[in-house]
This record gives sequence, structure tokens and C-alpha cells, in this order.
Amino acid sequence: MQTSFINVESIRNDFPILKRKVHKDKPLVYLDNAATTQKPIQVIDAISNFYLTYNSNIHRAVHELAEEATLAYEATRDKVAKFINAKNREEIVFVRGTTEAINLVAYAWGRQNVNKDDIIVTTEYEHHSNIVPWQLLAKEKGAKLEYIGVDDNGELILDHLDKYLQTGKVKIVTFSQMSNVLGTITNSEEIVKRCKKYGVRVLIDGAQSVPHLKVDLQKLDCDFFAFSAHKMLGPTGVGVLWARKELLQGMVPFNGGGDMIREVHKYETTWNDLPYKFEAGTPNIADVIGFAAAIDYLDKIGMDNVREHEMELTKYALDKLSQMKGMILYGPKDITKRGGVISFNLGDIHPHDLATIIDEDGIAIRSGHHCAQVLMERLDVSATSRASFYIYNTKEEVDVFVKSLNRAKELFRI
Amino acid sequence: MSSADIYREIILDYYRNPRNYGKIQDPDISQRDSNPLCGDELEMHLNIKDDKVADVKFTGKGCAISQASASMLTELIMGKDFEYVKKLTKDDILDNLGLHDLGPARIKCALLSLKVLKSGLYSYIIDKLKDTASADQIKEQASGLY
Repeated sequence: MQTSFINVESIRNDFPILKRKVHKDKPLVYLDNAATTQKPIQVIDAISNFYLTYNSNIHRAVHELAEEATLAYEATRDKVAKFINAKNREEIVFVRGTTEAINLVAYAWGRQNVNKDDIIVTTEYEHHSNIVPWQLLAKEKGAKLEYIGVDDNGELILDHLDKYLQTGKVKIVTFSQMSNVLGTITNSEEIVKRCKKYGVRVLIDGAQSVPHLKVDLQKLDCDFFAFSAHKMLGPTGVGVLWARKELLQGMVPFNGGGDMIREVHKYETTWNDLPYKFEAGTPNIADVIGFAAAIDYLDKIGMDNVREHEMELTKYALDKLSQMKGMILYGPKDITKRGGVISFNLGDIHPHDLATIIDEDGIAIRSGHHCAQVLMERLDVSATSRASFYIYNTKEEVDVFVKSLNRAKELFRI
Repeated sequence: MSSADIYREIILDYYRNPRNYGKIQDPDISQRDSNPLCGDELEMHLNIKDDKVADVKFTGKGCAISQASASMLTELIMGKDFEYVKKLTKDDILDNLGLHDLGPARIKCALLSLKVLKSGLYSYIIDKLKDTASADQIKEQASGLY
């Protein structure tokens, strides 16, 4: 059960849900981690402990509970800053998730900086959350949205980026550090380097990368960075927007309301300091506190070990899957260029049918367009099946998965 | 219901060799819809003569259930009159497919074709009527059907 990098057996003991059975008596094989991961007991306890012992609102009240809650909430901000190597804690803005973080930038930065005939560059392998906010902005401003294409190996064609940069009209380039469908790890530092030459801003969607790789913002050198807690052992409803301090200072607020103000008068308001200017209203206190426990958990394992474990599992799975007749695998073949996400099609079995069949064996995978319809068009498929791994998955589970795929082939007489 | 019960020979046959698959040139009715959750797509074309389905074809992308359901539905309505089509229910479709205990996620696959057919037919009838009162009444009837 153990791979050489982490003690999977002891990790599995921290996840109560992994002990449950599905379809009466089938052990759960959870391979839908790119959608959301399971939560260790440490995270569940942190949230429950908040409600049981010091639930209160933060920042305003002077009583003891509020002080404890504020300290715990703000301690998470420090942990996040350290985890992704951000320079300043006030550059960490808590939001609902990656989607809200990107919308915040498109709205608060985009509306001030993108004008008619400007170009916004994204890529063909983006999640809808990194396409639609930019489409809205482009339509509103009369700007153009352009795409960096994906080659047959599932990697970005950086010549396309150069072509757009050379027009001198690009205002922002926005891309995911790891594709949620292909698993491709983007050559982010190279893209940022090229953009800097032209003074173009860069947003990186880290929803799929932060949970699985060591991310270092000082190395990346981007301008905006977004990710979600729930894909890295944390609760749903918490995400992070990191942005350079000077950019956040220049941006208008996204939401107006309590906590984001310095002084409110009848017709004028002045803004609170960073990051509170962007955290209007009572935030998701309990879940932000739970997120800290998730970061502690990953820190203890070490992100390099997480990556090694997933590479080993992915290699093991790809070796087995590529031997299956009728198997089409998407994304890079080079294991160092991809994360633990495997998209595939098996014969003429539609992914929904496949997911239904293997669910009966207790296996949870994702089927469909994975909120990446632009990429589906590029691959010329209507859907794919997707298995994605995390720290608690084992080679034995990959074996169960492969066995179940063979059962699906039999049912479909292929 | 188990996969062995769902993916019977007949469903796989209609999935792999769909009857009435294709397009009609200049159809009287052309209706398209997709399932936003999974991206399944379906387009139906119909020719109408004397308030009857003179011809029907479909194209689409999707799972075995959605494509077999669409193909079997085209066979069911070929040559039938409006009243027959109007009265078709969700149970008729599931009976026709022999699929009764589909879970909530998959039942949408089976019923996409009925939704497309009814939307197309009611739009056609409403267009012909040019009488908004009756049109509203029909729309109301239609909304309760699936």
C-alpha cells in the first residue's frame, strides 16, 4: 500500500470518509480529486472546534471569543502567505474560491485597465472560470479575447503568445498552472518572462497546482494568483486571491459593505487597508480556520513528497491504461510534465456510461466536459472520463479501477 | 438499476446504429438543446404534413442512453399525429427504452429527446396559431410535461 514517499496507510486513517462503503459493500475508491478532495479529521475538528468553543464574528468585537476567532482567522492568512511564498500577508485576500478570485480581478482590475481594442489572452485549456469572466469584460469594453492554442501533446503553443504580445495591445495574460483535464503543467515561468518584456500583467489560476506542487510566488513572478481550499483538503467556500500590493492598492473594491471601509459618510466612503478592502461582509470564518489545518497537514507531509507520490501513482496508472485496447489517453506522456490527472476515452463507451458502470464497483471518477468546453472542441470530443489522484490513493486502488474498466468493456462488448 | 440491465443489447444497438440519424433539408421544425451538466447535445428535424409527423431525423452527441432514447423516439412518432406526440409522457419514453429505475443524474439523459421534441412541436404550433391566448395556454400545458 505504501509508496516510498509518504505513509499512505497512516494518512488514510485520518480520512473517516475513506472507510465508508458505497453501493452496499464496495469500498470507496475516490478518484475525483481534481473536482474536490476529501477532508482529514484535523480539518473537520478545526471547524467543529470553532463552532463548539469560540464561534463569534471577527475584527470588531472586543470580547474574548472574538479575539480568539480573529487570531485564528488571521493566522490562516500568515500560513497561506508562507505556503505559497508571498512577501506580504496583506496581499492575501480570502474569497469564496478560484472563480470568485478571477472574477474579482476581471471586475476590479479589468474594468480600470482594459479598454476598447485591447487584447486579453487566455488558453484553450482553461476552466470556464478563467474564460467567462474575461468574455464578460471583453464584451463590456469592446476588447478582444485571444487564445494560446494546445498542441497534440497537450501543451501550450507559446508562439501564439508571442504573436499576440507583439501587437502591443495585450493587457493581461491569464492561464492555469495545471490543466484540470490534461494534467499538463504549464511552463509558467517562461510565460511570465515573455509577458514582462512587454509590461503585460499575468494572472495564474493555481486551483489544480497548489494542491499538488510546491508553488513559489517569488519564482513565478506573476501579478495575480488564485486558488481554492477545497481542492487541497480544506473546506468548500474558501479561496485565495494573491495580488501584488501596489496593484491591490490601485484597484477599486469588488464588493461594498461592512469591514471593507475606513469611514462611511452619507455620500462618500474611504476604504479600509489591504486586504480588508476586498473582504466585505462577514467572511467564511469557520472554513478559513479549517483551511489552516489543511495547510498544516500538507506542510507536515511536504509538497515535494505529495508530488513524488502522485508521479509514482500516475506513472503506474498510465502504464496499465496504455496497455488496454481501445484506450485513448489525453495529455503529455512525459510524467514530469503532468500532474495526477488522467483524462481518457475507452472505445466508443461514452464517459457518462463508463462512470455509471464503474461507480457500481465503488469507483468515483468524473465524466463530461470538466468545465472546459473550449478544450473539448480542440480535442474534438464531446466528453472525457477523468481519474485524478491525491495523497491517500494507492496502487491497489488503481488496480481496482483498471479491473472495473475491463468490466465496462465486457458490458459494451468491446 | 444495474449496468447490466441498462446496457442491454438493444440499447447498445440503437447507440451504435441509430435509426433516423441525420438531417432534413429545410425542415418544418428544427429544435436543438443540450444538457448543461454533461454537455450532451441533440438536434431534431421534423417535416409536418396534415398535422402529422411526415418525417423525423436527429443528430447528437452523448451517452448511449441519450442517443438510444432519441433514436427510439423518432421511430415511435414517425407518421403519428400531433395529439399523439402531445400526450407522450416521461413514462412512455422510459417504457420504450425498458429503463425504469434510472437515478436522477441519468434520467435527464433519457428524457433530453422528449424535451427537444416537445419544445420544437409546441413552438411550431404556437407559430401557426398567431393567437396569443391559445399560445399561452399551450405553453403552460407544455411546461408541465417534463
